[in-house]
Amino acid sequence: MSGKIEIKKKVLSENDRIASEIREKLSRNKILTLNLVSSPGSGKTSLLERTLKQLGDKFNMAVIAGDVQTENDAERLARAGGKIVRPLLTGGACHLDARMVNRVLNEIDIDRLDILFIENVGNLVCPAGYDLGEDMKVVLISTTEGDDKPLKYPAMFRRSSVLVVNKIDLLGLSNFDPEKVKKNALAVNPEFIIMDVSCRTHEGLDRWYSWLSGAVNNKREAKMAEPKG
Amino acid sequence: MHELQVATQIIEIVQQEMESRKLAAVSAIGVRVGALSGFNPDALEFSFEAAVADTPLSETRLEIEYIPIRGECRECRHNFESDEMIIACPACGSGQLDISRGDDLEISYIEGG
Repeated sequence: MSGKIEIKKKVLSENDRIASEIREKLSRNKILTLNLVSSPGSGKTSLLERTLKQLGDKFNMAVIAGDVQTENDAERLARAGGKIVRPLLTGGACHLDARMVNRVLNEIDIDRLDILFIENVGNLVCPAGYDLGEDMKVVLISTTEGDDKPLKYPAMFRRSSVLVVNKIDLLGLSNFDPEKVKKNALAVNPEFIIMDVSCRTHEGLDRWYSWLSGAVNNKREAKMAEPKG
Repeated sequence: MHELQVATQIIEIVQQEMESRKLAAVSAIGVRVGALSGFNPDALEFSFEAAVADTPLSETRLEIEYIPIRGECRECRHNFESDEMIIACPACGSGQLDISRGDDLEISYIEGG
């Protein structure tokens, strides 16, 4: 037998299938699930540290802390008051996939959980292709990076819903232009919710906390939009 | 270099298709890779060659179709197509764009025989 046979099958369909199962399970329990992505060093762990401390009395939160190697981030988050923090070591892989997340998720008691944070591997390329079953991706960029990053990594910025610009206490010490990064981000993704914060000085974090609280409420009332991408 | 994982996934899916369709051999695999997929066609080709060695697909060609970004300007309704990220409408310069295509990463066909 010869000739072309049409297949039309997504290459990552197995990942997408597991991600859908995760999404269904977490949505049934009305758990807001955020996939945090950024370059290494933009401040994903710092943002989570602040959030766990600030909102620890208000919400039950769990973190799956992805890393290529070492459990340092998970230890930091546990010290910050995280009651449920699970390290997820990829053993060299440059991103998390749904199968890895599912394995760790099965060990977490999700009964009374409000928020699940999945801290992805620091990388703006590879994690873009892998749905983890999240409600949305939160992408971080810091003022020590290039303000053209949204244009350099459009796949990631397009699939994210929230942009957190971190380290604004350092504005002026580099050529980073906060207006330019916003313009570039909105060019790639006109729907972006953008917040300026400094995890070091706490500046702007109130807006992040109130956005987060609103998103938890929306999730409880199941008003959450379908994920992007 | 996450393309290696994608190459492995492609081989796995094609082998499942061969089994269910009772194909003895596959001479070519057609894959669509979108400009916004986050995957690089050259790296995928390179990874595929490495991954098929010592499998029944070692003689199989990978035919990659690169899918450009397609979109429409919200202001002037101009339709555009590009291999690279477009941030302003080529016709009117507006930044309000709707991107409709370019996320693809799929196996479009296999060629038996």
